[in-house]
Amino acid sequence: MVGLSALDKKLGRDLIRLWPQALATALVVAAGFATLIVGVGARRSIEDTRTAYYDRHAFADVFATLTRAPNAIERQLAQIPGVQLAETRIVQRGLLDIPGSSAPASGLIISYPDNSAQRLNRLFLRRGRLPEPGRTSEVVVNEAFAVAHGFSPGDQFHANLNGRLRKLSIVGIALSPEFVYAIGPGDLVPDDKRFAILWLSRRAVESLFDLDGAFNSVLIKVEQRHDTKAVIEAVDHLLARYGSTGAIARRDQQSHAFLDSEIQQLTAMSTVIPPIFLAVAVFLMNMILARIVALEREQIGLLKAVGYGRLSVAWHYMKFVFAITAIGCLIGAAFGTWLGRGLTRLYANFFHFPFLVFSKDVDIYILATAICAVAAALGAMRSVVSAFSLPPAVAMRPPSPPHYRRVWTDGVLLLRYLSKLTVMSLRQLAHNPVRAATTLTGLALATGLLVTALFNSDSIDLMIDVSFHQTARQHASVNFVEESPMHVLQDVRRLPGVLAAEPYRFIDVRLNNGHRSRRTAISGIVEKAELSRAIDNSHQPIEPPRDGLLVNARLAEVLELKQGQVVEIEVLEGKRVTRRHLISSIIESYIGLGAYMELSSLNALIDEGPKVSGVHILYDTSHEHSLYKAIKKTPIVASLVLQKHSLKKFRDTVGENINTITALYIFLSSIIAIGVVYNSARIQFSERARELASLRVLGFTNAEVSRVLLTELTIIILLAQPVGWVFGYVFAEAVTEGFKSDLFTIPFVIEASTYAKATLVVMAASAASVIIVRQRLRHLDLISILKTRD
Amino acid sequence: MADHAIFDIDGLTKIYRTGAVEVRALDNVGLQLHSGEFVVLLGPSGSGKSTFLNVLGGLDHPTSGSCKFKNQDLSVMSEIDLTLYRREHVGFVFQFYNLIPSLTARENVSLITEISSHPMTPEKALGLVGLSERLDHFPAQLSGGEQQRVAIARAIAKQPEVLLCDEPTGALDSKTGVLVLETLSAVNKELGTTTIVITHNAAIRLMAHRVVYFADGKIARLEKNETRLDPAEVTW
Repeated sequence: MVGLSALDKKLGRDLIRLWPQALATALVVAAGFATLIVGVGARRSIEDTRTAYYDRHAFADVFATLTRAPNAIERQLAQIPGVQLAETRIVQRGLLDIPGSSAPASGLIISYPDNSAQRLNRLFLRRGRLPEPGRTSEVVVNEAFAVAHGFSPGDQFHANLNGRLRKLSIVGIALSPEFVYAIGPGDLVPDDKRFAILWLSRRAVESLFDLDGAFNSVLIKVEQRHDTKAVIEAVDHLLARYGSTGAIARRDQQSHAFLDSEIQQLTAMSTVIPPIFLAVAVFLMNMILARIVALEREQIGLLKAVGYGRLSVAWHYMKFVFAITAIGCLIGAAFGTWLGRGLTRLYANFFHFPFLVFSKDVDIYILATAICAVAAALGAMRSVVSAFSLPPAVAMRPPSPPHYRRVWTDGVLLLRYLSKLTVMSLRQLAHNPVRAATTLTGLALATGLLVTALFNSDSIDLMIDVSFHQTARQHASVNFVEESPMHVLQDVRRLPGVLAAEPYRFIDVRLNNGHRSRRTAISGIVEKAELSRAIDNSHQPIEPPRDGLLVNARLAEVLELKQGQVVEIEVLEGKRVTRRHLISSIIESYIGLGAYMELSSLNALIDEGPKVSGVHILYDTSHEHSLYKAIKKTPIVASLVLQKHSLKKFRDTVGENINTITALYIFLSSIIAIGVVYNSARIQFSERARELASLRVLGFTNAEVSRVLLTELTIIILLAQPVGWVFGYVFAEAVTEGFKSDLFTIPFVIEASTYAKATLVVMAASAASVIIVRQRLRHLDLISILKTRD
Repeated sequence: MADHAIFDIDGLTKIYRTGAVEVRALDNVGLQLHSGEFVVLLGPSGSGKSTFLNVLGGLDHPTSGSCKFKNQDLSVMSEIDLTLYRREHVGFVFQFYNLIPSLTARENVSLITEISSHPMTPEKALGLVGLSERLDHFPAQLSGGEQQRVAIARAIAKQPEVLLCDEPTGALDSKTGVLVLETLSAVNKELGTTTIVITHNAAIRLMAHRVVYFADGKIARLEKNETRLDPAEVTW
């Protein structure tokens, strides 16, 4: 400490002397700092990486799918005003037979241009090479699939392409901006083992799928500052007669929409979580500094008396909180960077970028430091002002003794019947209601934060129950390459081990209610269904209407539809008719924008005969292998969705995320609880050391004296719990709202056990802090405390 | 005053060590204190009288020697036994009163009567010190003398065998001090409580049965008052 001013030396020694309190407070600041840089940093990492990736790999702005159009149309597409680039391709589906895996995987087959470079959605070739033009056996696979199976260039697998079993050789492994988040048909989370993207030479795909000189998918880059909507309208107009289901903008593209949803969630988190820590930090700074200024009253008087200015005295105390803040920021920066890297690694499991680095831009750290410093200054303000304004003559006299008085609680609680130790605690509580209230709020925030973290499990359990046990109760769904006649149902029933089969159909539609409009698909399901059912919000099965539409809550919300209202259905397939239907019920479903109708009515809606998109099946699991074997050979099957695989993958993925997040939140909430309880207990101990020592001298045991200290804290901790539950409810609701997207909705449900768990964690953390402070009682120097004036 | 010894102190030594410095606060002190006796301890600061009182009160362990209270050696008692000893047998009065600010006069006394075996009522204890009218006042609403008398009421309410007073009038003006001394004298006389008072005020020695002079951790001399002064006659 050579070269430091005397005041700075005092500051340093104060920090060392009060290190546990300073550290407990610094950790809360650190948690605020860390959650801030993680939230902002992770969001920026994804946004910046996505922007750079899209730019470098020319990610398209408009996407269109159609049945079949001649290649000559490509030129017309390019001539649409506002179109900078148009590229056509062929996209098909096929079943994959992977060595060592009995169940078939789903493949999305995409053509790769033969004679020119890929202009849009350009691949990032990680290993190997591109397929040779015309080679039907050469394939580039997406990296996630290759990694999941340990594939390298040169490895081989089989695929059922357009009804023909083909041996495919991997020549390259690549990533595409179109599949940053790649999710297979019917899955809720990515399953890289069971879903692959395969790029084959255009000529090869044309011949494999009998699409010579034709295409069925369009990518368009729109000129800057040109209206995408106008381009989409023109594209739809041009492609309508080729079976287009309507072009979509980038924001509706699946991978992009999932990234948007993640960014939206990170934004929601970074606006809800860091302020909680910063609010607690403000309160702790206030509490600590108030005590220090009270204890150093005479020193403040002395400093002023010997000629230190009011500003330098005030600044001395402000520096104390800034020093704690600086320690908090340093810990927070290290912890946040570590956490951010971890989160980015977690993201890399889902989001497949060529690279994804946690954004450590200096400005984020500077901003977080500034925010923490402002919070600290706010917390310190009251005490700094009091140090500033205390006249030296007054300061050097001891403060007047605390004035206690009878309070209304005396009568209500019949204090005369309580032990005097309890009366002491209750009067102390009533004597300092503001501090009691802020301590209570701090602890309630810790409980609330935990409820916010733990309720995820309840939501996911409900989501699983509704999605897998109550609605989609089939073992598997067999999706066909194209709509097939109803008689295939009999073929499916004859497959080995099949016990029950129910047909279904999807039709792409646009639903309009006034100016509100959403693109989605209507699912046609059968009456009295046993496998795929719709349920109402009391979880009772509901029959699909013949002359109406069932919509899920999210769709009803975005279209502002209520039961009994009429919605316009614009069919995007076949004859593209437009009809108006009644909303017969709002149903419970958390995935996507769900709309349901009775199957034959749906077929009637598009004026087609009885056709199906696929069949849900229930099978005897002892025949599983022979069933899979048969399906792999069936030409019309595009994919097989296995519910138990989907559920397992969902549980594993979501479970891992939830466990990580829960552990993190338990840690962070414990920091709050420890920070609040330790500081409260420590300050109470300091203020009441004389009282406690008196009690010890008068013959009270350590345990009895601890009770005085603990009763007040216990009351505050207990009262904080119901308040914390309310906070938790509100935060969880806010998070649920913030997470809502057209892709999925997190059901808002909090089980009683979640509140109990949150309370247990806060109580455990509080108990740990109290035990530490209680140790001090043993070392209380009874004699020296009693012989000094208060 | 009964004649049997309530305290039998022999070879009492207390050494404080701070770093390399060793301070011999008590040095081989031997003394007998009798039941019902009013003893005044005198001596300059650092002479050992407070350390002596602390050992008698079970607040401190001696380094060597013994301090027997009714044949029980306090020097070998555990922390919990010393706590119980203080609870049952000892009343303390300090210079700065040490009342609980959040409890009224009556409640400050009740604090003790609630945990004692044979207490008098708080009202009686406060009546003995002349505070029957101030039962429901908080410490901040009482004068210094009144606060010290509440402290005395709190100390005597359990009907202790020993009353230990460390500078009980140190923070009071003479008029109030006399009131406090009268209270201590009355308690000693009426309840027969052995009363040991530390003071810097030599005038108080005249109201004691015996006066013990401390110097350098030793008893320099003992003095017995054949005739005792009435507290009202004490001046300083």
